[in-house]
Amino acid sequence: METTVPVARRVSPFLLAIIMITLVLSLVSIYQGIDAYTQDKPENGSLFLTMGVTTLAISTYLLFQTKKRVLKLGMEMPPLTTTLECQKCGFKNVRDFQRGDYIFKQLEEQCPKCNEKAMSIGSIFREIKEKEKTKEPRYS
Amino acid sequence: MLTLHTIALDGLGGDSLLSWILQIVFLGIFVVFMFYGQRIQMYIMIREVEGSLFKLKMMREEGRKMAIAAINEIGKPQVDPTAQVDRFLEYFAITPVDLDPAGIIWRLEHLLDVADKRFKDDVRLMAPQANETQIYNLEMTLGAASVLNVIYKIIRHFYLLGKKTLSLYIIMQVQMVLPLIMKEAEAHASGLKAFQLGQPIGDGAGAMVAAKLMHNYEKTKVEKDIVVAKVPIEGRTAYVLKAEGPGANVGKPGEAIKQIIEQNEGKISLAILIDAAGKLEGEKIGEVAEGVGVVIGGPEVDKYKVEETALKYKVPVNAIAIKEDVGDAISPMRKEIFDALDGVIERIKRVIRERTKEGDFVIIAGIGNSIGIGQ
Repeated sequence: METTVPVARRVSPFLLAIIMITLVLSLVSIYQGIDAYTQDKPENGSLFLTMGVTTLAISTYLLFQTKKRVLKLGMEMPPLTTTLECQKCGFKNVRDFQRGDYIFKQLEEQCPKCNEKAMSIGSIFREIKEKEKTKEPRYS
Repeated sequence: MLTLHTIALDGLGGDSLLSWILQIVFLGIFVVFMFYGQRIQMYIMIREVEGSLFKLKMMREEGRKMAIAAINEIGKPQVDPTAQVDRFLEYFAITPVDLDPAGIIWRLEHLLDVADKRFKDDVRLMAPQANETQIYNLEMTLGAASVLNVIYKIIRHFYLLGKKTLSLYIIMQVQMVLPLIMKEAEAHASGLKAFQLGQPIGDGAGAMVAAKLMHNYEKTKVEKDIVVAKVPIEGRTAYVLKAEGPGANVGKPGEAIKQIIEQNEGKISLAILIDAAGKLEGEKIGEVAEGVGVVIGGPEVDKYKVEETALKYKVPVNAIAIKEDVGDAISPMRKEIFDALDGVIERIKRVIRERTKEGDFVIIAGIGNSIGIGQ
């Protein structure tokens, strides 16, 4: 079960306009900086470039912040494995968890190997794949 | 008119216009931060709390919806259970007076019994078609939804109080503990579905060890929802006990252990309790540790009873803890925990061999929630 909620952010058009103007001004400032360098005024060029790059970074960050995001609530249903075991011959079978499964439940189904009605649930667990696992702590 | 081009041409000398503007701007920033620095910091914190509060609100809503859907699906009620669920989510229990602590354990136990009966009766009314196992699981689902509701309300209280009073310290104390609270809330949110479907959870590790030991032996039901089996282990007789499964149930292991010790007139050579325990960061999930003492969590009524009886009859109490995260304890059991259980059984056998003689009687208590675990 996927439980995610889109976070609807109401972005004011005024704020959006300011961000866009700042973005344009930052580009103009970067242009002025490059222009000043070509005119042998490196001290002015540094100022305009610093101003331009800083403003460009801030306005881009703000622009990304206005994007609609998806909020994960952590209620996702992890896949569960149920292991079926034959009490007579020890045959094991694995399938996905089904509602009503519990450990040591006696099942009606026959063992595919010995054909006895001796199947029961031996284990139910969830396995986290290697890539999902968090990085091992360095001090473990 | 001042343009970027003219500024560029005028240069940045000490008396230039741009130099003046920059100095005024820097001075302005300095003054603003001097007087309003704390307030700016507070607004940043409020925004952070606001984001988490929104997430908590969504979790609470999802939890409530899940609980209602489960009741409708399993219990098939004649009337819409929404109002009853909302009432359940607002239930509270007042802890006993601790100004005079004498007898507080018995008063607390009575209160917990009343609460337990009340909750189960209410769930039976909400879900008339549900069987006993499903009633226990639905109660647990509603319990988790109730926890999410309480967490949301407490954080909302501090958030609104902080905004109203504009007190940095009110907001700061919430903001500082927020990561831990969110972890707790996420754990309960992930456990909701497990409770609804009756899946074994990490907290059931102790119960699972006892179930493995008592499987295929005759069981008797003793004190409130506890099953006991007499199991021969290493030439000794072990009373193995756990909460009755597969419904969500922890039972009263303390009372059961007390009864077994008293029935045997104190002739119990050793009591071993096995339970899931919170791991520290850096420890591995499923790590097993041994110790002494009563390893039972919760409101400590059961822990008290075991300690009292063990002291009276001088029964040594040993503990085995299976380490796991708080999130793993109330979400479906992880493979690492399941794989550790055989190692725990080997440890139990070793402890019995080392600390008792052949023919002795021992108690092995698997503590924890028996949801999804039969016997």
